[in-house]
Amino acid sequence: MRIECPICGSRDRREFYYQGAAVALDRPAPDAGDAVWDVYLHLRDNPAGETRDLWQHEGGCGAWLVVTRDTVTHAISAVELASDVKRAMA
Amino acid sequence: MRFSGLRVLREGLTGNRGWTPHWRDPEPKPEYDAVIIGGGGHGLSTAYYLAKNHGMTNIAVLEKGYLGGGNVGRNTTVVRGNYFMPGNSEFYSHSLKLWEGLSQELNYNVMFSQRGVIMLYHSDAQRDAAARRGNAMINQGDDAELLDRNALRKLLPYLDYDNGRFPVHGGLLHRRGGTARHDAVAWGYARGADQRGVDLIQQCEVTGIDIENGAVRGVQTTRGPIRAKKVAIVTAGRSGQVAAMAGMRLPIESHVLQAFVTEGLKPVIDHVVSFGMGHFYISQSDKGGLVFGGDLDFYASYAQRGNLPMMEHVMEAGMTLMPMLGKARVLRSWGGIMDMTPDGSPIIDKTATEGLFIDCGWCYGGFKAVPASGFALAHLMATGQHHETAAGFRLDRFRSGEGLMDEEATGSQHNLH
Amino acid sequence: MRIAGRGMIDRRKPVSFTFDGRRYSGFAGDTVASALLANGQRLMGRSFKYHRPRGVLTAGSEEPNALVTTGVGPASEPNVRATTQEIYEGLAVRSQNAWPSLDFDVMAVNDLASPYLGAGFYYKTFMWPRRFWERVYEPVIRRAAGLGALSGQPNADAYEKAYAFCDLLVIGAGPTGLMAALAAGRAGADVILADEDAVMGGRLNAESEIVEGQPGQAWAAEVVAELAAMDNVRLMPRTTVTGAYDGGMFGALERVNQHRARRGTGAPLECFWRIAAKQSILAAGALERPVAFANNDRPGIMMAGAVRVYLNRWGVAPGKQVAVFGNNDDAHRTARELAAAGVHVAALIDCREGVRVQGAAYPVLSGAQVCNASGRKELEAVTIRTASGEHKIQADCLAISGGWNPSVHLTCHLNGRPTWNADIQAFVPTPGAVPGMRAAGACNGVFSTRGCFVAGLEAATAALEALGRKPVAINFPEAEDAAYKLEPLWAVAGKGRAWLDFQNDVCVKDVAQAAAENFRSVEHMKRYTTQGMAPDQGKNSNVTALAVLADATGRGIAETGTTTFRPPYTPVSIAAMGAGGQGKGFAPERFTTSHAASLAMKAPMVEAGLWYRPSYFPRGQERHWRQSCDREVGFVRNAVGICDVSTLGKIDIQGPDAAKLLDLVYVNTFSSLKVGKVRYGLMLREDGFVMDDGTCARLGDQHYLMTTTTGAAGQVMRHLEFVTQCLHPEWQVHVISVTDHWAQFAVAGPKSRDLLNGLLDAPIDNASFPFMACGAVQLGGVEARLFRISFSGEHAYEIAVPARYGAALFDLLVARAEAMGGGAYGMEALNVLRLEKGHLTHAEIDGRATAGDVGMEAMVSDAKDCIGKTMSERPGLRDPKRGQLVGLRPVGAVKQLTAGAFLFAPGDEAIRENAQGHTSSVGFSPDIGTFIGLGFVTRGRQRHGERLRMVDHLREIEAEVEICAPVFVDPEGGRARG
Repeated sequence: MRIECPICGSRDRREFYYQGAAVALDRPAPDAGDAVWDVYLHLRDNPAGETRDLWQHEGGCGAWLVVTRDTVTHAISAVELASDVKRAMA
Repeated sequence: MRFSGLRVLREGLTGNRGWTPHWRDPEPKPEYDAVIIGGGGHGLSTAYYLAKNHGMTNIAVLEKGYLGGGNVGRNTTVVRGNYFMPGNSEFYSHSLKLWEGLSQELNYNVMFSQRGVIMLYHSDAQRDAAARRGNAMINQGDDAELLDRNALRKLLPYLDYDNGRFPVHGGLLHRRGGTARHDAVAWGYARGADQRGVDLIQQCEVTGIDIENGAVRGVQTTRGPIRAKKVAIVTAGRSGQVAAMAGMRLPIESHVLQAFVTEGLKPVIDHVVSFGMGHFYISQSDKGGLVFGGDLDFYASYAQRGNLPMMEHVMEAGMTLMPMLGKARVLRSWGGIMDMTPDGSPIIDKTATEGLFIDCGWCYGGFKAVPASGFALAHLMATGQHHETAAGFRLDRFRSGEGLMDEEATGSQHNLH
Repeated sequence: MRIAGRGMIDRRKPVSFTFDGRRYSGFAGDTVASALLANGQRLMGRSFKYHRPRGVLTAGSEEPNALVTTGVGPASEPNVRATTQEIYEGLAVRSQNAWPSLDFDVMAVNDLASPYLGAGFYYKTFMWPRRFWERVYEPVIRRAAGLGALSGQPNADAYEKAYAFCDLLVIGAGPTGLMAALAAGRAGADVILADEDAVMGGRLNAESEIVEGQPGQAWAAEVVAELAAMDNVRLMPRTTVTGAYDGGMFGALERVNQHRARRGTGAPLECFWRIAAKQSILAAGALERPVAFANNDRPGIMMAGAVRVYLNRWGVAPGKQVAVFGNNDDAHRTARELAAAGVHVAALIDCREGVRVQGAAYPVLSGAQVCNASGRKELEAVTIRTASGEHKIQADCLAISGGWNPSVHLTCHLNGRPTWNADIQAFVPTPGAVPGMRAAGACNGVFSTRGCFVAGLEAATAALEALGRKPVAINFPEAEDAAYKLEPLWAVAGKGRAWLDFQNDVCVKDVAQAAAENFRSVEHMKRYTTQGMAPDQGKNSNVTALAVLADATGRGIAETGTTTFRPPYTPVSIAAMGAGGQGKGFAPERFTTSHAASLAMKAPMVEAGLWYRPSYFPRGQERHWRQSCDREVGFVRNAVGICDVSTLGKIDIQGPDAAKLLDLVYVNTFSSLKVGKVRYGLMLREDGFVMDDGTCARLGDQHYLMTTTTGAAGQVMRHLEFVTQCLHPEWQVHVISVTDHWAQFAVAGPKSRDLLNGLLDAPIDNASFPFMACGAVQLGGVEARLFRISFSGEHAYEIAVPARYGAALFDLLVARAEAMGGGAYGMEALNVLRLEKGHLTHAEIDGRATAGDVGMEAMVSDAKDCIGKTMSERPGLRDPKRGQLVGLRPVGAVKQLTAGAFLFAPGDEAIRENAQGHTSSVGFSPDIGTFIGLGFVTRGRQRHGERLRMVDHLREIEAEVEICAPVFVDPEGGRARG
């Protein structure tokens, strides 16, 4: 598996750290309530198909990435800088 | 038909023409008292114990593929009771006890072999963590022995004690742990359930869960609708998709775990050896293949296959720990879908929908749990009460933080357990 | 028996080797199998279950019978295919899975018991009495099972791993692959051409046919030479592409040195390649399949295509009287070529009706089948069934062809399912099964040589287009273009055992029995009978077995489906895929700048993260580590000790929003920290549990230096990057790890300032450098950083210099300390010192502890949010019954404490339900004169003074302990401030 880092180019999967669903970008307010925090930290759509995951190019530039990937075929369709995605959310 | 050595002899003498199906292939009935979604190890054992312990025989197991085709048919066959968090401790202890009589109970040789599970330690801190685990196991009534390197050397002379990257200081030995013939467990429970009247329905995919006024009424399947007032979701890595049919989101992320087997070799590894620093564990099957595995590939996946990085990492771990493995050749690699929870421990619980139960979140430890999981879920479905050995496996513990069982202490990130 | 004038062996170079101790001679270019056959040695192995005598069946890596062990001692290699192992001078080959000898194998008695050893018999018996499974039955089964044996000795050979990158990977160098590589190579693409054989050419080397007016072998050699001359083409012979993975990644095993005596050369035996290919062409060819009939496993029964390989590649006739049996035209080719080579063809038996052969020099039996074979260790005769009855003919070799199965394996590695093609009665690849891969030629169901050339060129053209390259015109070589016609024949009806899976001894009746027992799913049948689970992974037998299953269950083959082909294509040694792991290579080793000095002082080194740190520094008369440890603790408590603390993570944080970042990641506040000051900080994971602790210094208004524990340095760094990039990309702050840039040493003890003042360019005092101060200092002109912080509880500092000065500074500090009655101290003393002060390590903040558990809930600022704060307020994390950090001291007769023990109320039974807590860290305190410990006890903070029973079942230690505050020395903290 290879991932196209927007900064470094195509790199082997072993340079990257995987964290989980990209919902982690959307940190709730402290007073959002335990249901919202439960969703943020624990509950997952866990799709068998396209997902948006957070990876970090830990063995490279250190950039956190939002990777759009199919969990059945492992095909990667998009890689974005997480910071860009987060800024766009604001 | 009852299996026995005599029966094998008699059939052998008469041309093996008298063998009969191990289970029927019934058509689904329009209604059952209970329906279990998922014909894997846990689903089949649930059906068996519902019939045997609770007299519920008008039940069906619905399997979208073939029986035992999920993780029960693609694991590394390790059975152990060496958990230490309260909640897990009593459950796996119970499961181990069920294993010990399983072949006789099912009249099906599941080849449970208590060859001993050894977890290695490489530092004083790891020794103390192993001691805590071992003491917890003995507190629970199970067995554990803390071996120093001299004692360990007698059991495992082939380890590289000094020159490996992580010199071996000793190990925690769990003599009652071991391995079993994984497929036979599924088949044995299937046959036992079938003999008690349970309908095992293969090639029957559930496509919807019918809910009225907050209570479950049945399921839609590729072989037609089936009514039932009790429905259990026992679908491991696919739990998220099935639960979604009931409008639920689960605290689960599905990941791939690879496993490997070598060509057949004459006996060389007698125990189950686990190398925590390398995320590597190994045993040898009765057929002679070395069966081993490592950590998750770490990315969410439903592919039932993995990639080279983890595969190579596992082989490298094998080489640093047991350099005599070098000339063994990997024959096959495969992957299973692991239903990873935020504390690495499972869920056996009711849901917000009346009559709908869920048994999932076994991460990569579901095989050893097959007997006790079915036992406990059957108890919950039949009585409405949590079985005492599985009372901690609640769905709401993540939200409340109460009774978390984080054995690996890695926190709420699903793939780190 | 050699045939003159045929073969690609070098008859001028005889090579001698041994088989089971007997000396044999072959020629350069021979395999073990071809050389043994040439010497008339038929018997090469024994089967897995029935220990049936077996000869070679194939001429390739799919060989199920002729598995042997090569080499001796640690070089001993089991389960080597005699069909692919090239011979070299001195090669020692042994048979395996036979005792006492291959010729007379005691376990062959199993063959007589076969009626009782059918499919799944072991699931039905061996259950009584219960204990006998493990004590009697299983040990016997285990000893009987297995094929070859490992030596049990550590690997002594070199193995390597490597990466390669290309535009186009061509897998297989037969006519298809050569044509594809040629087309792509001439077009300028970066091409890798890999083939598992030593000589490229595939079937062109196996047949006697004319290509472009010259022998196929010569044509192939010309193309290989042209390819070898291209800079953009890499030829990889003896390289099996073993797996297809995601994103155009492939695994491949190159047998670099398996074909020659190699001891002492230093070159790797094998190399495992990771190949990243933009496009790939699968040109893996096809495998011929046997027909099942009674005793079809007799030595001398071989695949018809393999017979041609032995004839044309190695000049070996596999028999003197060869019968040929098939259901397709390809069988005819074998008969024809044998006859042309002067080998006596006993008969050509074609199951199809109405087949005629013009001018055949041998009997042709159309509409006939071979239904039995006789001759236990060597084929003697075959029984032929025709419309008029059965008759035997003498034959010492039977060449069979049940048709060809395309090698679809790699197209299934990404879960692709092959498609049933009724025309050729075989599965073919489903297009697109592996992104970027095109299957072409025989592996795609095209069997004529010309058809393969066309397919290879088409595949290359398509790949070049996908690569954005312009194809160049290529002239087609003239070659045979015969149609492939067959009539399905899977199993010949009749009594007796007819083998499907030769290796695992699975017979037609086993599959039938599985179906009768309702193991009707192909996966169930496989698992119940073990069909296809042997070292050939069903390459020879799967399709036939599922045809038999389809027949037994009244379904079609397509409907019955297949099991899954998974990597590797052929088995790969653990040493190759794990190359680099043996010894220390498994994980990086990190060394501090004082490493050499510590070794010189004979300090045992211990692991900490990936670092090595000194455990203690033994001195002359000390016989036990405790003596050294006690002395080193004394240095710090009474004089001055030196400890390398460089392994702690150091993260430099700069920018206008640095303080905001720290306020978010620490539970306490850092924006209020004054420049020149250090503060202890506690960090939570978002789930509310403690992640790490450490100090953080404010070096400037917008400049902090964070310290992490050694073990969590990577995790914390990643966490900071997550916060700055994923949660607050708008903040202007940068974080960078500077762990390796600075060497840092603790200078601890009442004389620490005296020591430093002897070294610093400008002396310090309590006013200029009070407790928790930090700042830049100079040390002999070198810019250094000084932190007045203390893990030991004493008046202490940590001094950091650029790493290049670390070794020199350590030596200097230790020398000065020794002159002052102190010296270096190691991890053991460090641990005792911190225990005495109740400072935490990851034994306490073990990933399950909350700030409250470790008595730090007061540090959690109410005035701000922080990572983990909300979730730390969950009821389960605030539960007053949770274990709380306490000190423990022995108060009974037993004075020893152990870590990992459990705590119970006196008089309570030591069982799970009664556990009140556990011990996390213990050590002997020379100050106190007894063991002391830290642990967690339910509601522990309110129970100081209470007594509990510590029980360590494992080490058989029980001690009465008293709960106390987790600070044993200087509870007021005056020493650190003094």
